[in-house]
Amino acid sequence: MTMLKSDTYSQDLLQLTENQTLDFNSNLASLVKEIRVKSANNVVKLNIPSDKDEDWRFTDLSDLQKQNWCLANKTDLNSFVLDGFILEEASHSRLVFVNGFYAANLSDISALSDENIYVGNLSNLDEDKIGKISEYLSKNEPKNEVFTALNSAGITDAFVIWVKANTKIVTPIHLLHLTARENFSCFTQPRILVVAEAHSNLNFIEYYGAVASGCSDSVKQNYYLTNAVTEIHLQDNAEIHHTRIQRESGDCFHIAKTTAFQDKNSHYTINEVSLGGKFYRHNLHIQQQGEETQTNLNGLTMLQGKQMGDTHSEVSLTKPHGTINQLHKFIIDDSGRGVFNGKIHVPKLAQLTNATQLNRNLLLSSKARINTKPELQITADNVKCAHGATISQLEADEIFYLRSRGLNEYDARHLLMDAFAAEIIDKIPYESLKHRLTQCVTCRTLE
Amino acid sequence: MMNQPILSVRNLTVNVDNTPILKGVNLEINAGEIHAIMGRNGSGKSTFSKVLTGHPEYEVTGGEVIYKGENLLEKEPEERALAGIFLAFQYPLEIPGVSNLDFLRVAYNARCKYLKLEELDAFDFEDLVEEKLDIVKMDSAFLARSLNEGFSGGEKKRNEILQMALLEPTLGILDEIDSGLDIDALRIVSEGVNKLRKPDNAFLLITHYQRLLDYITPDFVHVMYQGKIVMSGDKDLALELEKKGYDFLEEENLVAN
Ligand SMILES: Nc1ncnc2c1ncn2[C@@H]1O[C@H](COP(=O)(O)OP(=O)(O)OP(=O)(O)O)[C@@H](O)[C@H]1O
Ligand SMILES: [Mg+2]
Repeated sequence: MTMLKSDTYSQDLLQLTENQTLDFNSNLASLVKEIRVKSANNVVKLNIPSDKDEDWRFTDLSDLQKQNWCLANKTDLNSFVLDGFILEEASHSRLVFVNGFYAANLSDISALSDENIYVGNLSNLDEDKIGKISEYLSKNEPKNEVFTALNSAGITDAFVIWVKANTKIVTPIHLLHLTARENFSCFTQPRILVVAEAHSNLNFIEYYGAVASGCSDSVKQNYYLTNAVTEIHLQDNAEIHHTRIQRESGDCFHIAKTTAFQDKNSHYTINEVSLGGKFYRHNLHIQQQGEETQTNLNGLTMLQGKQMGDTHSEVSLTKPHGTINQLHKFIIDDSGRGVFNGKIHVPKLAQLTNATQLNRNLLLSSKARINTKPELQITADNVKCAHGATISQLEADEIFYLRSRGLNEYDARHLLMDAFAAEIIDKIPYESLKHRLTQCVTCRTLE
Repeated sequence: MMNQPILSVRNLTVNVDNTPILKGVNLEINAGEIHAIMGRNGSGKSTFSKVLTGHPEYEVTGGEVIYKGENLLEKEPEERALAGIFLAFQYPLEIPGVSNLDFLRVAYNARCKYLKLEELDAFDFEDLVEEKLDIVKMDSAFLARSLNEGFSGGEKKRNEILQMALLEPTLGILDEIDSGLDIDALRIVSEGVNKLRKPDNAFLLITHYQRLLDYITPDFVHVMYQGKIVMSGDKDLALELEKKGYDFLEEENLVAN
């Protein structure tokens, strides 16, 4: 196998996707092909970012470029692999992809039989929605993001949630992407499309994991790369509660782009929790398209060993009366490296915006690093915007208070750490998931 | 050993950031006794209470503290707590994200484990807490909240006493438990403390005001002045101080020097 060269690295990755088979009916096939070609044309103009690119200054991709990636193969898994992944609250509203391929045998959407809801893969989308798909799929995609373009150039299928106007679904929808490792460095490109029509209401969990035995943190096998893109469309007055869990193995490079398009009076909430991976980069972009939008961005990234975790968020406002609340926390141990960059653009058109952004970081070792940069770009004059970043160790007085009640130092420290994480985890509305994440946090902080 | 004091402090000197704060404290507390320490702001009362509980910020430079026959100063804060020392803090900390109920259970079970008693599961523990809540007339809604977060001054103090009621210490040190309490709360908290009195435990009250001592009658009252206990007496000393203030100490101090 020849080494991929750094100056043509993105094209080499692109080439991997060129011969993919598309299992679509002819209308859909031509739409998707158009997107693939357009995106491929972008990829060839772009390099893998280096530290010379402002947005990647602290996030080093050189390890990724040392790998000879090959596309992951379609793999049939037995349903027992789902054991650690099924969520009680969504046991019959689950859509599963393995290595980027729809896994019908692992999916169960029997709780979602409403005709106003489509939850399934892109290939099976009904005819009436295919006509509208070009309004949503790969919409407004930036021309300068090589990984996003790579994903779009390699679309073969996608998770799709489509909720018709005035429909409210309470049942959580669980989108589960699993990687089953190969004996080479494998590469998957999950894709998610969510459309919430006017006055609809839904909640979903986007979960990334790997099929592995035992705790999946240890690096046992070949590296794998997940390059995910999620597009979320909220029409007027729509409401979406989104939970994004990155619980990949310790040998994963996870690169992701999430875009939410918010029309008038829509409410979008994301709770992002990143626990796994060797390398994690999430670009989260909110595009406001109407007035009076509400946006809640919450995040927790836990890093240890030599893990790298980076969340770059960007909220682009264009209309008045928007509300944004953002809280992102990092807990970094050992030689972990965190990066937080939170852009909020408030141009003149976006008067009466109310934005708060807070990034809180808990560093547990002297080698732990965080680079944090809130970026508020405000030209409107009648707005309320507050932002801040804190970096702390555990408070000596808090530890003492707990010890004075008989907890040993170790337990006291971990209680406080769990508490730090709980502020984000408690926002997740699913008890079983909350419980599992809390256990994960505790387990990882007990090393 | 029979009749061994619970606490015996001899010539204790303590620095904070190389500044002497306690300058030779002597105090002996026996089982069944209630002691009160009074004294001006900044005289070293809270420092003394934190040294007894092992706060790492305070450096003991001399003297000794014997608790139930053992050298207290070489023990870690949690060992002291498990051995039965409890401090109700003058300023209880708020710890967001730690549920009050979970915290109480963890603390309670740490003590059970130490005493080789059976630990309680969440279910049984709630029954126990309900019972103890009654001692401080606290609403169970406070259990679901984060530890002290957003509690009013008085609520924090009641929560301290609730913890004390659960942990049943041998030596309870109450640092200005009366500050921030309204008139009814003061009575309730005081009655709570009185209910926790036993022949084999003791309390050390730090206070500025007689009104607490109206409810909890001390056997001994001590006056701390510039890092030393300069005067001790019975409950009447507190009444006298209430009338005279602390100025007279200044005069006596001048004479002494
Ligand atoms: N951590 C510290 N750092 C610096 N100075 C301290 C510290 N702790 C105590 N001190 C100083 O030690 C002295 C005694 O303080 P302490 O809190 O013990 O007083 P106190 O008698 O409890 O007063 P009050 O009645 O106001 O509560 C004060 O001058 C105080 O400023
Ligand atoms: Mg004090």
